[in-house]
Amino acid sequence: MTEIEFLLWVRGPAFEGATVIFVLGVAFRLLEILMLGRKANLAEARGSAMLGGLRTIATRSFPDATTHKRSAFTHTVGYIFHIGFFVTLLLFAPHILVVEKAFGVSWPALPTPVVDATAVVTMIALIAVLWHRLKDPVLRFLSNFQDYFAWFLTILPVFTGYIAFHRVGMSPPTLIAIHILSIELLMVVFPFTKLMHAFTLFMARWYNGAIAGYKGVNS
Amino acid sequence: MHYTNPTACSGASEDVLTHNVLPLLHEIRHALGKWLESGDPTVIDLRAIPMAPGEEDELLARLGSGEIHARLSALGDSEIVETAYPGAWLVTHRNTAGEIIGKYIEVCDIPQILKAPQEDVRAGLQRLQTQLG
Amino acid sequence: MARDKTLGEVLRERGISRRGFLKFCAATASLMALPPSTVPAIAAALEKARRPSVIWLSFQECTGCTESLTRAHSTTIEQLIFDTISLDYHHTLQAASGTGAEDARESAMQENWGEYLLVVDGSIPTANPGYSTIAGISNVDMLRETAAGAAAIVSVGSCAAFGGIPQAKPNPTGAVSVSELITDKPIINVPGCPPIPVVITGVLTQFLAFGLPELDHLSRPMAFYGTSIHDRCYRRPFYDRGQFAETFDDEGAKKGWCLYKLGCKGPTTYNACATTKWNEGTSFPIESGHPCLGCSEPDFWDAGGFYQALSIPTGDLPRAAAYGVGGGLLAGAAMGALNRVRKNRAVQAHEKVTIDDLEKERKP
Repeated sequence: MTEIEFLLWVRGPAFEGATVIFVLGVAFRLLEILMLGRKANLAEARGSAMLGGLRTIATRSFPDATTHKRSAFTHTVGYIFHIGFFVTLLLFAPHILVVEKAFGVSWPALPTPVVDATAVVTMIALIAVLWHRLKDPVLRFLSNFQDYFAWFLTILPVFTGYIAFHRVGMSPPTLIAIHILSIELLMVVFPFTKLMHAFTLFMARWYNGAIAGYKGVNS
Repeated sequence: MHYTNPTACSGASEDVLTHNVLPLLHEIRHALGKWLESGDPTVIDLRAIPMAPGEEDELLARLGSGEIHARLSALGDSEIVETAYPGAWLVTHRNTAGEIIGKYIEVCDIPQILKAPQEDVRAGLQRLQTQLG
Repeated sequence: MARDKTLGEVLRERGISRRGFLKFCAATASLMALPPSTVPAIAAALEKARRPSVIWLSFQECTGCTESLTRAHSTTIEQLIFDTISLDYHHTLQAASGTGAEDARESAMQENWGEYLLVVDGSIPTANPGYSTIAGISNVDMLRETAAGAAAIVSVGSCAAFGGIPQAKPNPTGAVSVSELITDKPIINVPGCPPIPVVITGVLTQFLAFGLPELDHLSRPMAFYGTSIHDRCYRRPFYDRGQFAETFDDEGAKKGWCLYKLGCKGPTTYNACATTKWNEGTSFPIESGHPCLGCSEPDFWDAGGFYQALSIPTGDLPRAAAYGVGGGLLAGAAMGALNRVRKNRAVQAHEKVTIDDLEKERKP
């Protein structure tokens, strides 16, 4: 297979297949969770469950001072790589074109050199959190294959995208194909790993806040 | 990275200067020195060096023109001009449609193409002999 | 047909002076991006080159490649060399000669067996040999027959090199490229739709002077197809800064900004358009404001659309997502129901929650 044929396959049937598996997987996992049901609370409501839930979704993004002190590194660097990852993914002109094709919506992009620098910062932050995970005895004890694999799945698109843009290491069509392939790998594995937190975090935070809000307390 | 020249019809408003004029002039300077020292000529292919619009004109303006302006008619016209610096020649080759097919700076006492090649002389001698009977 | 004259002798016969010949050699060196110091070597090689017998076969093509090449505004030396070497057979140009042309082809083949150069344009239909024939001979047969005695084959244009437009989906004629049928001869691919005229003549001149050129993984001469459009594009600073034209007539387009969003395939296309350009160096598609089609790459007709950017996947995403949702809901509902059954059974049996239930990940 020539490199052009490989690129066309990656952009074509492979991406279609990855989309099916990704959507199927996410729908499957979410439905699985929802069908667990919730325990009926027979007490009288003293506040709004919904408002409590929504409030908690927002407030959990800003942990309190004690929590921050206990895991300052994870908190700070974690934010850096998450924000960097989303900037690289969602504010780079060629990526916005993909969103436009898939969902019909589009927004202005950041200047390319800014996104380029952000990608570098993101990769440094990702390496830093891996280093931290390996050095901290508790984290290292708790970490298993899935943790490291999820890290690998996250940094691979950023790294392959960076070298594809700068056209170093291999011929450009192959670099672009490998970058898109790394996204497809992420897509097919995503629903079956802890990366599902991207969706479930909203459910978890909402439910916690709803329980408290129903009882009429802050959370 | 080499950029080819943005032409006027592209309407590019931001100039991409290559800053190749000065280095080229220095290369000519070195070539003149080399020729004086060892008699080795130098040929620089101007079309192999990217230049932004206006830069080539700047280069040619700085080179100026000297005492010799020769025209060669062989498969189209070619111009051989001595610049203001003797020994540095500007050679422009055109085809029969007037399109430029080569542009060079030659540093030597006289560009090779001006000298009469042996086989052309031989062919001409035969023609003259025939004419004189 | 006397084949023992050298190219130098032929040019002299036509009244080309040595000076004229040297002018051409200098231009050739420039075209192939070789330094001026190689001109004497080029002159010596071309001088001695023997006129090879050349047979040009046109198969399932639009004739654009022949047009591109024979469009002569004036007689340039490239045209002269080309005329000099390609006199033996060209079925389109010789169409009026009928069977006489076929006889010429056969005798040229016999006389120069093992030494002639075969030039092909157009793809070859294989679904039914009758789809494209010349003088009653199918393209497949004619190609196999003529290739058997060729020294090398030059596939001119994307159809001969990669299958081209006939091979595009759904490929009703079963069109294939030359290299898919002939595997035992050296093949030089000169793709493009059409290729730049001076690249065609440049490759033939290069072959004449130096034999087989250095080829890339798709058998294209490195001298002309060694760099991508993107790496030589004068609009590259705009790409690097993220300044794109959004439509064909907006402010960005007028300022000459990058055409990536309009579908430019420059980043993955290898050709000489950005340096050698078209119409004797006048311009090329991007410079005229149109995104590169990627016409010198295989399958460029099926690459997702000329106006779809490279980053956009080419498949039917809404349909894929629909299948995903459908399948996911079914599977999720089924799993959810199964979980419910399991849970109820566990409650009934007063089962206790153990550490294994909580640490599901660690289960083997």
